Amino acid sequence: MSRDAENREQFRPEGHDTEHFLLTTVVGSYPKPKWLNRANDLAEDPDSKFTQEHLHEAHDDACRVITNEHERSGLDTVVDGEMRREEMVEYFAHRIPGYEFNGPVKVWGHNYFDKPSVVGEVEYDEPWLVDEFEFTSEVASKPVKVPITGPYTLASWSFNERYDSEADLAYALADLVNEEIEQLVEAGATYIQIDEPALATTPDDHAIVGECLERIVAGIPDEVRIGLHVCYGDYSRIYPELNDYPIDEFDVELCNGGYEQIDVFTDPEFEPDLALGVVDVHTADVESVEEIKENIKQGLKVVPPEKLTVSPDCGVKLLPREVAYQKMENMVTAAREVEAELDAGEIDLDAPVPQAD
Amino acid sequence: MTELVSTTPGLYPLPDWAKQELSDLKGHQKHDLISGTEGADIVGAYDRAREEVVSEQGDAGLDRVVEGQLRWDDMLAHPLTVHENVETGGIVRYYDNNNFYRDPQVRGELSFSGDVAAELDATADLLGDESLQAVLPGPYSLSDLATDEHYGDEADFLDAVSEFLAGEVDAFPDHETLFLLEPSLVFSPPGEDVDERVAEAISAVSDATDADVVVHTYWGALDEKVYAHLMDADVDAIGFDFVAGDRDQTLYNINEYGTKDDIALGLVDGQNTLVEDPETVRERVEWTLDNVQTQTFDTAYVTSNTELFYLPENRATEKLAALAAATEDELEVEA
Repeated sequence: MSRDAENREQFRPEGHDTEHFLLTTVVGSYPKPKWLNRANDLAEDPDSKFTQEHLHEAHDDACRVITNEHERSGLDTVVDGEMRREEMVEYFAHRIPGYEFNGPVKVWGHNYFDKPSVVGEVEYDEPWLVDEFEFTSEVASKPVKVPITGPYTLASWSFNERYDSEADLAYALADLVNEEIEQLVEAGATYIQIDEPALATTPDDHAIVGECLERIVAGIPDEVRIGLHVCYGDYSRIYPELNDYPIDEFDVELCNGGYEQIDVFTDPEFEPDLALGVVDVHTADVESVEEIKENIKQGLKVVPPEKLTVSPDCGVKLLPREVAYQKMENMVTAAREVEAELDAGEIDLDAPVPQAD
Repeated sequence: MTELVSTTPGLYPLPDWAKQELSDLKGHQKHDLISGTEGADIVGAYDRAREEVVSEQGDAGLDRVVEGQLRWDDMLAHPLTVHENVETGGIVRYYDNNNFYRDPQVRGELSFSGDVAAELDATADLLGDESLQAVLPGPYSLSDLATDEHYGDEADFLDAVSEFLAGEVDAFPDHETLFLLEPSLVFSPPGEDVDERVAEAISAVSDATDADVVVHTYWGALDEKVYAHLMDADVDAIGFDFVAGDRDQTLYNINEYGTKDDIALGLVDGQNTLVEDPETVRERVEWTLDNVQTQTFDTAYVTSNTELFYLPENRATEKLAALAAATEDELEVEA
């Protein structure tokens, strides 16, 4: 069953104007400044004088800039935009003993991915994200959310040479994620998001993800908020099973599909908090505040306001940077306006979205 | 005594240098993918890449050499996505892999193309004594991967795809073997009305060549009824996946309904970097042949279960060597 999600109040900003509070957040990735891509290229060029130390400095600078950009947009919780990560599996596989890399494999066309192989027992060595978290929380004035690629996705998007089954590998990785979260909590983290996009493509494995989550949250205090993000799939294949997941919040992408699937979550009653995607990350058209307010109300069909979080559908890294910023800013404005309307009793919670004619 | 023939179902990973060079030349977006009318630089890069994978197969000692299908950006949907009467729609998932291809939307008659024949002509020119193996999607899989906006009826569309493939095969240079890849027979099996027609559609393609024809299936065992109908196809061998599949069901099908005089055994994992030793592969060959109680074979093709493009280049190359060594006469294994 879901964890006690009372932990959301800690993210309410001081002096918040309204009684209602819709937690605003992002999924994680953000467009990299052009100069950072150039710095990455320079660091790889053996003829360049640009060193790994210089690159580290560039990463720090980019994290400062993007964290600040998140704060300027008014978000209640911020991320560093994953400036230090190039790819969601590779980043972690490089830090986990037991993995090796053999070269790129095709995803589609000429888009490749350094799909790693698990050749030995996976182990926890150095912390994966603690330095990154400490740096970001030092430069941020808002609480920092930490996105971590989930063990099921880390297992599915690797070649498994070592474990008897993909599930066994996922469970071994889940124990490592648990260890990492313990370290993050010790460093002060209060908001963790587990990303499991692979579940969307193989929804029949929902029980494996459930078992992974049990391992991930073992011993993690209730005041630490644990979210799960799953995107671009048929949610009816994992609902209502996800009600049994030990999470505080389930983060979905539904804006992209025009909320066609929102009714999936209305019966039986949705148990965790709902983090609803209210801006589309696959279109560069910036949604208006009015449009986003209507999207937020879709979430009120599933959960009451005190259980609703708003976020973009997914990571925004493929959007032009100014578009990504504008979407976040409009999203926050929309959330604040909906809160005021809720306070004023202007939204009918029994029928938050007008029925189509 | 069964002759063991080492081969692969084609669709190789591009050499790493070619991944980089072609990605720079072509770009990363949907409209940058192969159209069949690529310019000289791109043709040149593919020519060099083809030469490399052909010579690797020769060096490994494989008994059949494939072109490698390095231009097939859309994997098995390629023969349609480059066709003049086909438009490419959105990017869709390739079976249940983390791979995607452009949806081929057939808008007009599937007339002769010659695209694959041209690739094979170029390959034949590179070969010395080696035997060429042609590779195509089978008619059922190709029709399953496509969207029909022209023929209007599932059966008519299957016939049209089959006639199209037969026309393509007719233009091929001399080849020893033709592999028709039919993963859709397992992944999305034909329904009641279509299953009987699949054998005819495959036979029509097979009849267009004098070469030995293998219909290769993968990603599981065939449904019993689908297999029974497939046995009516006029081909020399059916190929089975003994890696990812339900082996008991596959053996049941073979022992219950018999199989062709030759057989193809998918025994090396095309989707895992763990490289099998030749001894392991040979043991698997012997285990499988021992478990087919009803017959002996003239030829057993020993192959990876799937295409090889899922693998990084280095592991794909090592798997070729394992396949070739596994079929050497002098290889000894403990029974």
